[in-house]
Amino acid sequence: MSLIKAEGLSVRHGAQLVLDQVNISIDRGEIVTIVGPNGSGKTSLLRALLGLTPSTGAIQKKSGLVIGYVPQKLALDPTLPLPVRSFLNLPKPHTPAQIDTMLKRVGVPGIEAKQVAELSGGQLQRVLLVRALLTVPDLLILDEPTQGLDQMGEAGFYRLLEDVRRESGVAVLMVSHDLHVVMSASDRVICLNGHICCEGKPHVVQNAPEYRALFGHGTQGALALYQHAHDHDHDCGHDHSHDHDEGKHAG
Amino acid sequence: MLDDFLVRAALAAFGLSIATGPLGAFVVWRRMAYFGDATAHAAILGVAFALIFSLPISLGTLIVALAMAGAISWMMSKGQSPDSGLGVLSFGALSAGLVAISFAPGVRVDLSAYLFGDILTVTRSDLVLVWGGALAVAAVIAWRWSKLLLATVSPDLAAASGVNPARESLVITVAIAVVVAVSLKVVGALLVSAMLIIPAAAARGVSNSPVQMVGVAVIASWIASGAGLWASLKLDTPAGPSIIVAAALIFALTTGYRTIRKQTA
Repeated sequence: MSLIKAEGLSVRHGAQLVLDQVNISIDRGEIVTIVGPNGSGKTSLLRALLGLTPSTGAIQKKSGLVIGYVPQKLALDPTLPLPVRSFLNLPKPHTPAQIDTMLKRVGVPGIEAKQVAELSGGQLQRVLLVRALLTVPDLLILDEPTQGLDQMGEAGFYRLLEDVRRESGVAVLMVSHDLHVVMSASDRVICLNGHICCEGKPHVVQNAPEYRALFGHGTQGALALYQHAHDHDHDCGHDHSHDHDEGKHAG
Repeated sequence: MLDDFLVRAALAAFGLSIATGPLGAFVVWRRMAYFGDATAHAAILGVAFALIFSLPISLGTLIVALAMAGAISWMMSKGQSPDSGLGVLSFGALSAGLVAISFAPGVRVDLSAYLFGDILTVTRSDLVLVWGGALAVAAVIAWRWSKLLLATVSPDLAAASGVNPARESLVITVAIAVVVAVSLKVVGALLVSAMLIIPAAAARGVSNSPVQMVGVAVIASWIASGAGLWASLKLDTPAGPSIIVAAALIFALTTGYRTIRKQTA
């Protein structure tokens, strides 16, 4: 069965319906990426699945499911001195050997004593990932994990996720803006705009008219890489009709 | 030994520090300085309440401080602007307390004792109250340390790890009310939050971890208490404010040290 499955998931922020009747399920070991314009409810979907935001609909979790959450950023108050070691031991302590091994694994060895506030963007992302991995999760949920990283950093981070998945069999659900990297690093892509516009294998989604309507035809540069690969046997559901005027969904 | 008023005063201040050190660190990290102020100001209303209904002063202040802390938490959860809202509640409660005390029956009340503390008249039963309250607060913080700290670092990470950030927030809120109630006699309603904030802020400059900051805050608070009481004895200055002045001097020293260390690093 799925690790986590949501049916008819809706989220409201005040009067605004941010997520409307979303169905989503994640299987063991798959990497699923949610893409969509700003304000399309990507973060709300993750937060609803994590139970951080009130939602309606049914969320089923496999019993004993351990979720590792990697937030977009960490807003540390400057009055709080927090070395990496202390941070990684919240709320449950781990042995120094476990921490050492895991920091080496993600490529930031020996930074236990460094202050979290003094880490670079790439180091902080890896430390947040280590904190999640130390709990031995079945599912990692990451919210725009590569925000603030350069292209090299992004590619490296996604490669790391793939390696970790291969080694541990952890499933990954993430939100991303990095369309081109997403396309190569994901098993499945979900295109979200308040509801699920289309989903499927990356090359399928990227040619779906719903996806094109949201992201344009390569005008954002990142998509240019994929312009040559036209493949029209996509299986995106077309049974629902909705208009995707680009201007309308810009917000 | 406990017959000496100065020994009792020192013991009261040292005992209180055991709670204000760790709790003050959380107040600083969570930016609740004004929250602490408002809760402490409400203690004056608690004094009036106790005098009018013939309750023990500490019980009256505890009840009103808890009610105030609850009201502020509720207000903030409703999305009211915490800054101006806290100001209204804080000074509203302080002034209402001062007005209400004037209606208290019988004896003329020494207001300055409640506003600035009267540490040199601490009795043995006051000592029991201060130490009991302080040890209870310190024990609760030690017991919930990881959860409190994670909820402070990131409410989202806490919730995702199964720690309810609202519950941890409530723990801090209640702890502040308890500290206000037991410290009224020692430093008074106007200076309670100084005891919370200044030693913790002083500790920041020389600390590299949360635990270290708590430890240094307690030690700074002890030094300030000793120095303040000594100055009070030698220079005949008011004891409570002298302790706070000493704490502020320690803050200046450690902050200066940190600035210099940063520039040379």
